[in-house]
Amino acid sequence: MERFLRIDRRIIFAIIAGAVIISLILQFELPIPGSKPVLAVYKKIESIPENSHVMIAFDYDPSSKEELQPMAVAFLHHCFSRNLKVIAMTHYPGAPGLVEQALNAVAGQYGKEYGEDYAFLGYKPGGASLIINMGENLYTAFPKDFYGNDTIALPILQGIGSLRDIDYLFDLAAGTTIETWIVYGKEKYRFEFGAGCTAVMGPDMYPFLQSNQLNGLLAGLKGAAEYEALINKKAFAVSGMRSQSVIHAIIILFVLFGNIIYFMSRRTRHA
Amino acid sequence: MRKDTDFFILVFSVGLFVCTNIFLMASGKLPISFNGFGIVLGAGLTLAIYSFLYKDNPAFKIAENLYVGVSLGYTIIIVWFNFLKPDLYDPLIVPFFSEAAKTPQYTLLVPSLLGIFMLLRFSRNLAWLSRWTFAFVVGLGAGISIPRVISAFILEQIKPSLRPAFTGGETILSSIDTLLILLGVTSVLIYFIFSLEHKGTIGKVSKVGIWFLMISFGASFGYTVMARVSLLIGRVQFLLKDWLGILQ
Repeated sequence: MERFLRIDRRIIFAIIAGAVIISLILQFELPIPGSKPVLAVYKKIESIPENSHVMIAFDYDPSSKEELQPMAVAFLHHCFSRNLKVIAMTHYPGAPGLVEQALNAVAGQYGKEYGEDYAFLGYKPGGASLIINMGENLYTAFPKDFYGNDTIALPILQGIGSLRDIDYLFDLAAGTTIETWIVYGKEKYRFEFGAGCTAVMGPDMYPFLQSNQLNGLLAGLKGAAEYEALINKKAFAVSGMRSQSVIHAIIILFVLFGNIIYFMSRRTRHA
Repeated sequence: MRKDTDFFILVFSVGLFVCTNIFLMASGKLPISFNGFGIVLGAGLTLAIYSFLYKDNPAFKIAENLYVGVSLGYTIIIVWFNFLKPDLYDPLIVPFFSEAAKTPQYTLLVPSLLGIFMLLRFSRNLAWLSRWTFAFVVGLGAGISIPRVISAFILEQIKPSLRPAFTGGETILSSIDTLLILLGVTSVLIYFIFSLEHKGTIGKVSKVGIWFLMISFGASFGYTVMARVSLLIGRVQFLLKDWLGILQ
């Protein structure tokens, strides 16, 4: 009995790796119903009139790519399919490569033109002060876009002076930027605000849903998968959820197994 | 003996990785291009990082140090081209050397000097100048943050906790939600009152608070497990799809 309590942890790693690989290779479908916070983001995008401006803050870097990039791609699909104008920016210096990858791949599928239908303002440091600056004047915060064009000359930004003119702002966050956007942006400039975040941050964001400071939330790969299913563009997140479910079942079994063995070994020790 | 085995495993793994890539490129599954070599590099670094799960090894150390160096180098380039060049160098420095350009924006000298003062902490004689910058940052930060944080994190958060449970029109479930939030907030707050002994009614209510805290820790841990597994799934998807071409 004691040897079960001293299993080499590498065996557990190997089981997990094997389960991920097998569940990815085997094609089977699991239902992915849309939860209330994800549906709220979806319905918001559905309700915005065509040619409205949606700003997406890509506040993550490659270390959170696996969770947030599928979310970004799914959200972009929805925006472009609804003919919304997308303005992208980031607080993270590691994000621009990922933003370009997502924007160019999705915009290309819908025949969208850079500068007309979407724009990437690039990275700027500052966090809270950058948000305040954007709330006062978008052009002083970003005089040039990521490619060195004058932002004032971009057709997509005609009629946009500051954050007050944005119809919906969506933050894809791997850190504390959701709170920063709420405190320094939404509270003062009163724009509609939704967010997507890593699963680790998910539970901390629910109070903001409760207080309506966030209109909706996509948390982790599950949130991304739900959104992919809602827009009928099943891709990385949906296929990843198969493995996710299998791994969760295995972890639950490990926890039960470990506890049963622990209590059994305690009983034999006392006997 | 043990070191020899580890060295053999390392050499064997590297050899297997090289052979796999040669096979993939020769069979046309991986393109012989920058993109193809990028995928090989990505796969190699992913495997090198995950090799730590077996044991600390030179491949992991190389990948770890490469990550630190590359991310720092990338950040420096992005900061220069996205921030320092368009916001400082072009409007302040370029006009001095170009006749066609506009007049320099001298107001930028103030934040630039404050930024340089911050770096003077490294100098023993001039470190006192950095206090000016810190005083500016702390003063401005506190002035901007305090009212906003109180409004967003305290006042706005209190509102849903004080919402009446039964006002008519809402479902029974939403009323139960509101009552649960009220019970959770009060019991956890009572648990954190340490100036009173946790006995009698206070003790019972604080026990309820502990249950609420435990459930929230469990939810957080569950989400954390999901996040870490998601990262693994993403990397395995990359290896199986982009590198080995097994997944379509």
